[in-house]
Amino acid sequence: MRFTLNGVATNVDAHPMSRLLDVVREECQLTGTKEGCGEGECGACTVLVDGDPVCSCLVPLAQVEGAEVVTIEGLGDDHPLQHAFMNEVGAQCGICTPGMIMAALSLDPDASIDDIKVALSGNLCRCTGYSAIYRAIMKARRQ
Amino acid sequence: MRTAISGLDLHRATSVDDALRMLAEEARTPIAGATDLYVALNFGTLAPRRFVDIWGIDDLRGIDVRDDVLVMGALTTYTDIIRSPLVAERLPMLIDAARQIGGPQIQNRGTIAGNIANGSPAADSVPVFAAADAVVVLRSIRQERRIPITQFYTAYRASVMRADELIVAIEVPRVEGKQWFRKVGTRAAQAISKVVAAGVRGPSPKFALGSIAPTVVRAYATERALASGTPIEQAVLTLQREIAPIDDVRSTATYRAQVAQRLLRRFWSETN
Repeated sequence: MRFTLNGVATNVDAHPMSRLLDVVREECQLTGTKEGCGEGECGACTVLVDGDPVCSCLVPLAQVEGAEVVTIEGLGDDHPLQHAFMNEVGAQCGICTPGMIMAALSLDPDASIDDIKVALSGNLCRCTGYSAIYRAIMKARRQ
Repeated sequence: MRTAISGLDLHRATSVDDALRMLAEEARTPIAGATDLYVALNFGTLAPRRFVDIWGIDDLRGIDVRDDVLVMGALTTYTDIIRSPLVAERLPMLIDAARQIGGPQIQNRGTIAGNIANGSPAADSVPVFAAADAVVVLRSIRQERRIPITQFYTAYRASVMRADELIVAIEVPRVEGKQWFRKVGTRAAQAISKVVAAGVRGPSPKFALGSIAPTVVRAYATERALASGTPIEQAVLTLQREIAPIDDVRSTATYRAQVAQRLLRRFWSETN
């Protein structure tokens, strides 16, 4: 199965019904994407497929053939959102963080706090109470 | 334990005809956005073993108005709905429902045909379709037929759809009157409904409820009461007699009955 992963042409030999999450973590060895609930409730496994955030635990590999997949590793180590999450303590246990950042990537530069809440409504955090996450995203957007 | 995928068989359809031929040959479960199906796979409760992937069939996408009927392709996602000026103009209550289904990740993948075919009594788009007198377009290699959504379900997660049929589109005629939608769950996002309702306040009022019976319910007796000018408190009593919700993991029969009555009052006062 051929697709683009973080800008790199990738060819994976796996069952077409493999979960994209497992392919990314196990076949491609990119373990930044986390499994939380495995039912599309928590958003921890969020990746972008052709630019749209999706839960990679609910995506069959066959459906990303030819698509552009971006995981948290695709941001490199120096993305403003990554710095803002660290500086604002938008992460505590860290399991939800990659998914939060991937979901936040789809926001327009002029997004309001309400827009941020809607964009992140598919991501659960059990540590921070969300306000540090929203603050991190607001700060990152001003840079 | 997750379903072992090694025993699963996936065929990928490149066109509607291709999919219909596969379905005619042997029973296969269509996969669209997989937002329900892969939950079952992840929980190890996925019963079917043979599947046909229809996600790549672009002919099943698109929102259009033909002969004054809103036609939505089977693979229309909630995100497509939220962004559609045609839906905003003709069926705004469907946008209200779509915004409250899952979060953006689910809205990007979940489809209206999937919501209908999955057959959950808690499906949030289905009361909207029921209140709007929507029609499900089913196609097989032999024929195409149109089934009103109110006649589509026969029992809990059971429908008139045959094994060789595929939902290809949903058709919604022009809706006369003010539209209304309300979902009651534990929180705004990412929650499964305890009670969900859609209504149309027009010359003949329409009121549909989800999550209060094995299938979506159109409250016809209540609608008739409202149409004939019965005071709302009388109509609420009619609704009380008309529905029989149950206790389950998400809520209780008593709570659901009370909320359904409140929703009817809200529908009536908010569309006045």
